[in-house]
Amino acid sequence: MTILLTGATLPDGSRSDLVIADGVIAEIGTGLRAESAQRIDADGLQALPGLVDLHTHLREPGFEQSETVLTGSRAAAAGGYTAVHAMANTSPVQDTAGVVEQVASLGEQHGYVTVRPVGAVTVGLAGERLSEIGAMAQSRAGVRVFSDDGHCVHDALLMRRALEYVTGFDGVVAQHAQEPRLTEGAQMNEGEVSSELGLAGWPAVAEEAIIARDVLLAEAAGARLHICHLSTAGSAELVRWAKARGVRVTAEVTPHHLLLTEELARSYDARYKVNPPLRRDEDVQALREALADGTIDAVATDHAPHPPESKECSWQEASFGMVGLESALSIVQQTMVDTGLLGWADVARVMSRTPAEIGRVPGYAEPFTVGNPAHLTLYDPSVRRTFGTGDLRGMSANSPYLGRELPGRVIATLHGGVATVLEGALRDPDEVARG
Amino acid sequence: MLTRTVLQQADVTRALTRIAHEILESNRGGSDLVLLGIPTRGVLLAERIAATLEGLEPGSGTVGALDVTMYRDDLRGQPTRTPQPTKVPPGGIDGKTVVLVDDVLYSGRTIRAALDALNDLGRPRAVRLAVLVDRGHRELPIRADFVGKNLPSAVAERINVTLKEIDGEDAVTIVGRHSSEETR
Amino acid sequence: MSAGLTHLLSVRDLDRETAIGILDIAEDMADVATRAVPKLPTLRGRTVANLFFEDSTRTRLSFEAAAKRLSADVITFSAKGSSVSKGESLKDTAQTIAAMGVDAVVIRHSASGAARVLADSNWIDAAVVNAGDGTHEHPTQGLLDVFTMRRRLHGAGSRGRDLDGVRVTIVGDILHSRVARSNVWLLRTLGAHVHLVAPRTLMPSGVDAWPVTTSSDLDAAIADAPDVLMMLRIQSERMHAAFFPHEREYTRQWGLSDARFARLGADTMVMHPGPMNRGLEISAMAADSDASVILDQVTSGVSIRMAVLYLVLSGGDE
Repeated sequence: MTILLTGATLPDGSRSDLVIADGVIAEIGTGLRAESAQRIDADGLQALPGLVDLHTHLREPGFEQSETVLTGSRAAAAGGYTAVHAMANTSPVQDTAGVVEQVASLGEQHGYVTVRPVGAVTVGLAGERLSEIGAMAQSRAGVRVFSDDGHCVHDALLMRRALEYVTGFDGVVAQHAQEPRLTEGAQMNEGEVSSELGLAGWPAVAEEAIIARDVLLAEAAGARLHICHLSTAGSAELVRWAKARGVRVTAEVTPHHLLLTEELARSYDARYKVNPPLRRDEDVQALREALADGTIDAVATDHAPHPPESKECSWQEASFGMVGLESALSIVQQTMVDTGLLGWADVARVMSRTPAEIGRVPGYAEPFTVGNPAHLTLYDPSVRRTFGTGDLRGMSANSPYLGRELPGRVIATLHGGVATVLEGALRDPDEVARG
Repeated sequence: MLTRTVLQQADVTRALTRIAHEILESNRGGSDLVLLGIPTRGVLLAERIAATLEGLEPGSGTVGALDVTMYRDDLRGQPTRTPQPTKVPPGGIDGKTVVLVDDVLYSGRTIRAALDALNDLGRPRAVRLAVLVDRGHRELPIRADFVGKNLPSAVAERINVTLKEIDGEDAVTIVGRHSSEETR
Repeated sequence: MSAGLTHLLSVRDLDRETAIGILDIAEDMADVATRAVPKLPTLRGRTVANLFFEDSTRTRLSFEAAAKRLSADVITFSAKGSSVSKGESLKDTAQTIAAMGVDAVVIRHSASGAARVLADSNWIDAAVVNAGDGTHEHPTQGLLDVFTMRRRLHGAGSRGRDLDGVRVTIVGDILHSRVARSNVWLLRTLGAHVHLVAPRTLMPSGVDAWPVTTSSDLDAAIADAPDVLMMLRIQSERMHAAFFPHEREYTRQWGLSDARFARLGADTMVMHPGPMNRGLEISAMAADSDASVILDQVTSGVSIRMAVLYLVLSGGDE
């Protein structure tokens, strides 16, 4: 199916028409025509390359009551994403070629996004033995990102071996930095608020100490290291220092850590319970600056769906995590673009090109170039809406933004030339599967 | 809105003096009398009557306070009231003639609550009621034994009692559209 | 006095006027206990549910006594042997009680914030009284502690008074103590000076932002002659999580021994929220001395809880 997009504003600010045919960009210019093409009027809309999430939890296999590859893919497409890295803490864990191939092929069948399974670093995420990293890399899933996310690879020897081993497969170890002994039973950021609320604290040093160790290990191994969900000013400082030394480290930040602080915990509303926890305002400001100056390379959602009973209870009993695929672009607009810290070209870099580079996802290095895959999203930054459960497209509703006014809306998303979102609405699964 | 002063300072004093005499007369003297004022203004009135009694017959002016907040039947649907202290004089009330003292007698519910409260404090030989103003509109079969002034009134009217000690001057005023007849 | 309370979740929701009001009503309630018929009909026809997810016989009995003295009906759910212990959630338990029709819920739970979560939810349409939530607060304990202090200091002249200038020293596991938190904020509201003594490992990380002075030296604190010395219970589990080396060291450094007790000022009150570890944080002699108001604390508990139940259950329907 041929698509003619007219009047889109590209990331560099120029206005352009695009013809998309056979899954690739066929023509770029102005005043273009195409016969029997589906027309999309993109006047006033910001065109961005398809967003690539380095950090999503699709929950399938094993936790289908919270999300499935289908519902998670739909949520991603609704948020402007065309590729997501599915974290390994499924059941069974994504620690073998068989499981990662299954997840990748489910993604392919449904067709909304390219699902890139993340391989576990250790078997069963138990932190004892390396998993079959090579087999996963060479499988049809082509795994390049390895992470025990949810757990920290806290054993120094194991982390060193993992860093060294993945170099043979052009892989990267993505570390969930959380020293377990300093965070036993932790509920929220350790500090003034946790002291008042009587909730066990998760100190910043528990994240920073692991990062400090791991950048030195990566340096010694000459390996790539990626830090998941950076959450403190100190962590950003450490990454800045490491990069200055030439360490091949990259880092991601979640949208919620760019906006929300620990003050929200005062209500004891477990929608705000997340790992790593919401921190202080000083941390939020430092993370925004780090994303703006390139210390932090990418925005990643850490989309973590949970069923209602895991959040409609006391804080202590509640699960950690927030969904975030549908709201990510709006939050980035509010915190980074509308504040003048990033332009749309930068957004394209931190939400598409760089995450694709880190994850070695093909087809994202030169978007809006003739002959390259048509992964793109059309976004309207001018509207404002009250974010509600109607804006969530996954299975779970644990969003911290319900009831908040947010800017912007995704109007259309194309994944390999197939429209997954049109006129602001998701297309049906059978339509997308057919192409 | 019309405000009419029905009793002025001197009228109030005379009424209280008369009540004191009536109490002694009906009790045949001052023995075993205990005055319990209902807060807030009832307590002040009880103290004044007790002082007069003491002057007429030394030893007859035993006085205290009886708070009825916890015994009211209208706690829901009204703003929360702060209870005032209940002070029972050292001799107690068992076997005594208790004279309850309040400023205005209206529906009678306050006095019903006071009777319940007395019940939990002991067993008086008899209970009498002295009020400065009886404005009618009883909802319960309750009657005052000693009355300063009968003031038949319309429900829409408000009767205000002010006392020197807290309001600066003694007076009874009616606030409302109609003036009412005075009877004695 | 300001309008009655909707819920009692935290002492930080009480301003000075409201706090003193509660203490004064408790004075009246205490007087009721001395009468021939120690009951009031005030809450007749109302139902109070005790929801005790965490076991606590003394607090539960205290709330039961308070409700009954006000002629309320009481239903009790306690953790052991009920569906609560089989893992029924807070939400389901609350909705079950709501279906039975209750006017007030007294809740004790091991999770900080549980009372607030219950009050803010739409699972139940009743007044919520926090009887202890995790390590967050125990508001009625804070109230009965200050009530006890006020009575000891001013006796019959307590009504209407605050604790301006009174010096209170609290010793022990501040980090895990909901009693300490409730006391700190309430004492500050009433004008008292609070000094906390504990090893650094048992002080909350954000304590420097609290309106208190702190130190780890109990002997210096005693030499300062406080008006009140409150000892907190120490739990042996803390030893295993490396908060301090062993119990002997704890007692030596931070226990109210006979020797330290002897150095206390003649008028210093000794308090303890109970239950006590005699010989660990407080010596038997100190606990049983005339300076100890520990039993008064227990008596005050019923009066304070009567005052609180009256306040949350009276007042206009919103």
